[in-house]
Amino acid sequence: MIADLPVSVLIASVLAASAPLIIIALGETLTEKSGVINLSLDGVVLFSAMAAFAAAKETGSLGAGFLAGGCAGMITGLIVGYLSIYLHLSQVAVGFALSLLCRDLAYFLGNPYSRIQGPTLLAARLPFHDTLPSFLQNILSQPLTVPAALTLIALLWYFFNATRSGLALRSVGENPAAAFARGLNPNKVQMLAVLAGSFLVGLGGAAYSLSLKPGWGRPQGAEGIGWIALALVIFGGWHPLRVALGAMLFAFLQVSGISLQNIFPSIPAQVFQTAPFPLMIFTLIFMHYSTRKSRISTKPANRLQRRLGLLFMSRAPKSLGKSYQQE
Amino acid sequence: MKQLSADIVLGILLVLTFTSLVLLAAGAPVFAAFQNIWLGSFGSSMKIGQVLNVCIPLIICSCGLLFTFRANLWNIGIEGQIIMGAIGGMAVLRMDSISNPTLLLPLAFIAAMVTGGLWGLLAGLLKTRGGVHEIFGGLGLNFVSQGFILWLIFGPWKRPGIASMSGTELLKHKLWLSTLPGWRIAIAGLVIAGIVFLLTWLLLEKSRLGLKLKAIGQNPRAALLYDISPEGYYLLSIALAGACAGMAGFLQITAVYHRLIPNISSGYGYLGLLLVMLAGYRIGPLPLLALFFAGLNVGAIQLPIVLQLDSALSGVIQGCCVLSALFILGLEKKRRQK
Amino acid sequence: MDVEFKHIGKRFGAVQALKDINLRAISGSIHGLIGENGAGKSTLMKILTGYQSRSEGAIFIDGSRVELKSPEEAADLGIGMLYQEPMDFPSLTVLDNFSLGCPPQSESHLRRSLLELSTRFAFHLVPEQMVELLTVGERQQIELLRLIHCKTRILILDEPTTGISPAQKEALFPVLKQLTEEGMTILLVSHKLEEVAALCNEVTVLRHGRITHHTKAPFHFPELLHAMFGSIPEHDDKEAPRDTGDVVLSFHTVEAEGERLGLHGCTLNVRAGEIIGLAGLDGAGQSTLLRLAAGLTFPEQGDVTLFGSVLPRNSSASHIAQRQQTAFLPADRLEEALFHDISLSEHFSLKEHNPPFLQSGKKSCRQAEKDIATFSIKGKAEDMAKDLSGGNQQRLLLALLDPESRLVLLENPTRGLDIRSGQWVWQYLRNELPPDTAILFSSPELDEILHYSNRILVFHDGEIVLDSDVHNTNHDAVAAAMTGVQ
Repeated sequence: MIADLPVSVLIASVLAASAPLIIIALGETLTEKSGVINLSLDGVVLFSAMAAFAAAKETGSLGAGFLAGGCAGMITGLIVGYLSIYLHLSQVAVGFALSLLCRDLAYFLGNPYSRIQGPTLLAARLPFHDTLPSFLQNILSQPLTVPAALTLIALLWYFFNATRSGLALRSVGENPAAAFARGLNPNKVQMLAVLAGSFLVGLGGAAYSLSLKPGWGRPQGAEGIGWIALALVIFGGWHPLRVALGAMLFAFLQVSGISLQNIFPSIPAQVFQTAPFPLMIFTLIFMHYSTRKSRISTKPANRLQRRLGLLFMSRAPKSLGKSYQQE
Repeated sequence: MKQLSADIVLGILLVLTFTSLVLLAAGAPVFAAFQNIWLGSFGSSMKIGQVLNVCIPLIICSCGLLFTFRANLWNIGIEGQIIMGAIGGMAVLRMDSISNPTLLLPLAFIAAMVTGGLWGLLAGLLKTRGGVHEIFGGLGLNFVSQGFILWLIFGPWKRPGIASMSGTELLKHKLWLSTLPGWRIAIAGLVIAGIVFLLTWLLLEKSRLGLKLKAIGQNPRAALLYDISPEGYYLLSIALAGACAGMAGFLQITAVYHRLIPNISSGYGYLGLLLVMLAGYRIGPLPLLALFFAGLNVGAIQLPIVLQLDSALSGVIQGCCVLSALFILGLEKKRRQK
Repeated sequence: MDVEFKHIGKRFGAVQALKDINLRAISGSIHGLIGENGAGKSTLMKILTGYQSRSEGAIFIDGSRVELKSPEEAADLGIGMLYQEPMDFPSLTVLDNFSLGCPPQSESHLRRSLLELSTRFAFHLVPEQMVELLTVGERQQIELLRLIHCKTRILILDEPTTGISPAQKEALFPVLKQLTEEGMTILLVSHKLEEVAALCNEVTVLRHGRITHHTKAPFHFPELLHAMFGSIPEHDDKEAPRDTGDVVLSFHTVEAEGERLGLHGCTLNVRAGEIIGLAGLDGAGQSTLLRLAAGLTFPEQGDVTLFGSVLPRNSSASHIAQRQQTAFLPADRLEEALFHDISLSEHFSLKEHNPPFLQSGKKSCRQAEKDIATFSIKGKAEDMAKDLSGGNQQRLLLALLDPESRLVLLENPTRGLDIRSGQWVWQYLRNELPPDTAILFSSPELDEILHYSNRILVFHDGEIVLDSDVHNTNHDAVAAAMTGVQ
């Protein structure tokens, strides 16, 4: 369907383009599983991308850049956490206001770093690169963000389903009052989940300005990504694998937009840049709507289906978005 | 009352401290920056005119948002509703068959209201029929309208010869809304904003519609037992908000830009959301706060030229105002519980 | 371990919920705590688990003073509570629910302990099952096993028999006795005297947040009743029979989803003037039936006919039902029937027929003051609904009820009300509404149903298993039908 683009290059670019989004969306998944919605993602991605690029530029170190991105994310998480968990303010209101604040803060503070060269995370060359067929060469030469994002999917799945802390986190998202009655501290668990989640979001933001769309500017190119990540988490059913697959679908839409542009030169480029966003959101909405009814009526029949069901099954944390107030 | 003024002082201190820290971090002169914003917004009658031109659509959008907030809906789709309103108005203004402006302008106004309202209704239907949260339905529709306006500007409605981000061809001069003598403020804009404000106040505070929206916003399940259908009122409130946004879009093309540009909404939709939050979802404080927000927007325009700072400073201050207000509200709630 | 409360007090804002509570429960015994709804029993126990803080007083475990600032601290001391409503995680598995809150252990070890314990107590629990598919009784069983597994030494049971069948009850009681023989201290909260008499060694009675009586077994019921209620509540004489008229509501082979098992094969005619009590264990289908009649939920098959016309299967059903003067009063009043931050007078204006579009605040306030006085609601016209007590919320709902209502559907009308408020509610329903109004109500209290209805429907697992005139049946027959005994 996409002319003059080898499949291997397509796969490679989808993987590369999806890596930062996967990290961001998984960070939000972690936060939401504990029952807190962090709606500030869109601004936080930009803010941490700016912080990461500025830090990397000043220190000349990519590591410092990523660390700065993560920390910038975590600071915003601290605000969201304090205001919504401890002061019981509306998570949507706090998140939305913070989102706009972070975006403008990024543009304001990032002004001196606009449109200049800085350190960039390049595709890593595997030691046995030359021995591989060119098909694999294309796919496997990726920046470190790609293996990191893929590992994170497995890690998060393992954390939720096989560790005690993961169980504690899910239980708080499900019924904080019951978790409290069993000796957990729901506020603390939620705060930790918000901090860890927003650190990941910050890393994802850094992955934009240091790798996928190197540099800083207004616009940076990561605008709107936070909203897509939020939609992915919700319509991906809070399941790490499904969320990540959704992120890859979005990357695919973006990549194919670029090549479609060459096929239809009469349609302005801006349309192709914007199109993946509505397409993605409505695809998610449609998928969500069409699976909603069938999931209730059909019961898993055989063992394989049940296993698969368990692998993919996930749903909204019951107390999502409500703040827990101890009696 | 004493508590309220103490809160306001605390809020202002918080905002000033945070903004000064941000300015220091950017290595900018703190005092000069504030001074520039002041001079750039209320320093001359021309500037005040510009501020009012921002203020008018902002107030109209915020009034619309009050309806959706009352029903506990987050109408994030308002940005798209402004855009679609502007497009709807523009479509009428581009008709060559009618040349009489006294007919064309009201028609365009109605078209803008209707398209904006329908675009809002679409987000509402996605919620009531599709079970899609209005935040995501609205976002999706925002992206769609953004793509649509870009396509129009670069495609069918492009300026003869070159298509560019600077928008479509200028409207004929007779289609510009007439302004106050000596000012660049459209009289019609002032009148519309005044009427919208009064109607919103009347409907929300004095009528059964306001009471019903409040009931639905608080407990849609209980509303059913009072024979109030939440779905119908969700749709009504979001369509009203969309219609208001459409009016704002109409004023943007006929009173401010006199053409269609990609950023025709100027972000007033999101700014309106912030504004209504800062006003505590009440209509009373809206005009004054709108003037303040508009002043920041206009005052920040010259920052890049004079101080080489990005104009996003206005957004930083606005966001900080809302977060500080929320913070103080939260502290007070906490204290009252003890 | 011995527990001792000394001068415990608890205030919620201006309300003194507990005052000067002194109580001692001895190791190896079952100590009963009884009192009517709202007497403060649950609050006192939540203080012992650290779930709620206390305002005054001290707690001693085996003679040494303990702080009990959080459930975590209480759990470390071996204090555990089985809450009245299941405090668990419906979307997690049985095993996950079992393990949460216990010290870390391997999954295989946990699974083995769970299976061992459930065999010992003759419970049938599948570790991988989702808890939301279980009955309330089974969920309480998991919780009980968890508490035992976590080495609980002081076990608090808050109304452990609500929502479980008599058969399950008979299985539970020996287990509790066995546990005390192993040295456990059990505090049993209940408002059912029979249970207390069957289990407890000692009993303390609470009334309005104070201790009114303390005694050891054997118990003298009239004495306990007097301590619980002041003067013994007199059941006024059996109400006069009412004339019945035309069919107002009928169900024809209705199948519907809802609650745990939905409603199946329901066929039923309700006549004007009838008062029908819906009996059954929690979630057996009574609420689904009431909501179907109110048009709030729709049948999958079959028809619900209200005053001769079939209710449509869409959201207009509730509108049509209300136009036919049908009213529904849910059990969870504040969450389902009132608006937290809307004033009483605005509640009245919302219910008004043909009101003017623009409203005058003063006029509606004056009207509301009148209704508030008539129904002796403790509150002012401009007060918010959330500030009312449970009893006053129910009074407000009755004040909002159209006095011309032809069909009134009530879900647990006396939930959370003290005896006197409950009697007031019934006096209003029977005497102030027109005599040809049909009333359907559900209640977990069999006595309420037997006393106030003239016809009884008994639900079991989503089916009506008994439909009888009240004179042709008795307490034991209804109780047997409720639990599926033929």
